[in-house]
Amino acid sequence: MERVYLDNNATTLVDPKVKAAMDPFFCEMYGNPNSLHTFGTETHPYLRIAMDRLYTGINADDQDDIIINSCATEGNNTVLKAVYFDLICGGRKNHIITSQIEHPSVINTCKFLENLGVEVSYLPVNKDGIVDLATLKRYLNPDKTALVSIMWANNETGLIMPIKELSEYCKGNGVLFHTDAVQAVGKLRVDVSEVAVDFLTFSAHKFHGPKGVGGLYVRKGVKITPLLHGGEQMGSKRAGTVNTPFLIGMGYAMELAIQNMQYEEMVVRKLRDKLEDAIAKISDTEIIGSRENRTPNTILVSIRGVEGEAMIWDLNQQGIAASTGSACASESLEPNPTFVAIGINKELAHTGIRLSLSRFTTEEEVDYAAIAIEKSVKRLRSISSTYK
Amino acid sequence: MPKNDLIGGSLWEQYSNKVSERMNNPLHRGEILEEEAKALGAKLIIADWGAEACGDAVRLYWAVDTNTDKIIKATFKSFGCGTAIASSDMMCELCLGKTVDEVIKITNIDVEKALRDEDGTAAIPPQKMHCSVMAYDVIKKAASLYKGVDMESLEDGLIVCECARVSLGTIKDVIRINDLKTVEEITQYTKAGAFCKSCIRPGGHEKRNYYLIDILKEVRAEMEKEKTQKYVEPKDFKSMSLVQKLKSVEKSLEAEVKPMLVADGGNLEVVDIRDNEGFSDVFVRYLGACRGCPASHTGTLYAIQNYLNEKLDKSIRVFPVE
Repeated sequence: MERVYLDNNATTLVDPKVKAAMDPFFCEMYGNPNSLHTFGTETHPYLRIAMDRLYTGINADDQDDIIINSCATEGNNTVLKAVYFDLICGGRKNHIITSQIEHPSVINTCKFLENLGVEVSYLPVNKDGIVDLATLKRYLNPDKTALVSIMWANNETGLIMPIKELSEYCKGNGVLFHTDAVQAVGKLRVDVSEVAVDFLTFSAHKFHGPKGVGGLYVRKGVKITPLLHGGEQMGSKRAGTVNTPFLIGMGYAMELAIQNMQYEEMVVRKLRDKLEDAIAKISDTEIIGSRENRTPNTILVSIRGVEGEAMIWDLNQQGIAASTGSACASESLEPNPTFVAIGINKELAHTGIRLSLSRFTTEEEVDYAAIAIEKSVKRLRSISSTYK
Repeated sequence: MPKNDLIGGSLWEQYSNKVSERMNNPLHRGEILEEEAKALGAKLIIADWGAEACGDAVRLYWAVDTNTDKIIKATFKSFGCGTAIASSDMMCELCLGKTVDEVIKITNIDVEKALRDEDGTAAIPPQKMHCSVMAYDVIKKAASLYKGVDMESLEDGLIVCECARVSLGTIKDVIRINDLKTVEEITQYTKAGAFCKSCIRPGGHEKRNYYLIDILKEVRAEMEKEKTQKYVEPKDFKSMSLVQKLKSVEKSLEAEVKPMLVADGGNLEVVDIRDNEGFSDVFVRYLGACRGCPASHTGTLYAIQNYLNEKLDKSIRVFPVE
């Protein structure tokens, strides 16, 4: 059976070139980079290259920090909790702004901080699924707001938030700005010199690097209390032995992603649009969000009369990996909060399915998926009690 | 947390083969048309339950023989997840050949059991039990349409947990009888709250009229109240517990006996009290000047015992201990 992976917003395959680059650091150059002997120091040139690639990748200044950590969840936790420790505890500010469509690592950390007495505002999205400046202006209070945390691109819809506008407004009001750029890095041009972000998080496995390694960008001069205390790694800003092979893998994955940005923008987008057009031809389907303002690889579609879990089950039977935010597909029976927040149609929380491509997706795979999707919709609608 | 639960994403792995097969190829999907029912000499019943906006909707078709009340054909249509489709399909199968009165007794748990590959292994994971509840409700709806009665008249009491079909009365009884103190215990005893968890507390998957935490609180409060009302002061010394006996002995000694001993430079303490074949034996230890005083084992001792016999009860005997 054909196997087609269209769930690249969940995770991606590790580029074989990346895997090969990591390989020598498991059994040959396995020294601890903090050791003084050659086993440790011989890794340094490779680690420096990896760091250079990451700094270049997001165009960070050498005076800024990119703290290497375990994942974007760690990065998001670090920022939110550091702001709590550094600015809110004992300070006069006691307010954090985020949005209703953030990743659980932001939303649930904010809820945790709420239990500690922090006031948190969860911004709604506008009719286009975007957190806009007008909304931020209504909630931001320069005297009280310590941090604004808005994702660069949404994982479900692929919709891109106006980070430049939002971050500059915060800067102008002396409020720190964080963006979870997990879905943007590797798919879109992310240049920290063009936006006024103080913190930015990313994760290697979303751009064909290994799982379990990520980065946290911190602009020069911004204080950040570590989440993990311990040794002096990462300038004492993130303790724990540096994961040499994974850091090297992430660096190379970043470079490859930047090299492939043009391909992503042209070819992946074209394939995505082809698949999207095919789906849009099926009657009573609704694609969420405008094409131009989305990451080039993502489609979120609501298919009337077809429940999301049944749909991805059916697609899985045909070898296709997709995802849904339907309540029926979650361990907790909770519908995906992004689907609820967008609320473009009420059924979206139950009918939305997401297809996400990568630079490894082929045209044959897209063609196969288009046929399979149509087949599944037909079958499930023939069973459906709500579709005529 | 159990080892197997630490890695998520096991939802589909927990479906039985029968569930998978029926998701892929439901045998009883489709509708029954009026003409078809007529050809079968049967009455057509179409019952709807749920809505697309709620995430689950099912339509049940029955062709019922009006002479025997038997369901001779049953089909369904469903907007729902895979388990909802599989449950609906099995529900139709369970309806076939039975009378309307018989099928009213079918519960979602019967449907789940019929979908098992082997006894003792659930056909679907706990949180998906919720999806099979639709099957139960739509049968009730169809039966009420056939009989021309209200659906409520077919319900057996107020249901708190739809997934496990546990009524308010059952939950209250179980809390009382077993002296349950936590919601987890209620779940262990009744399975209520084990599945979609909506009935545990507000804010879950579905809004409920009753929540386990509230029921528990209410019943516990009732039980506490009853407990305090039930406590009746014992009328006489004999019916007291040992604790009460000890307390009243000490109280009496404090009042008159001890001050007399203290005045003579002595004292005593009550060491123990035991019930002994209808007697209450009080063991005392003399202190200070009383120790070694010959009267402490004779005159004083009798005086103390007589005093207690008179004040409290004749069954009291006093023994000195070293």
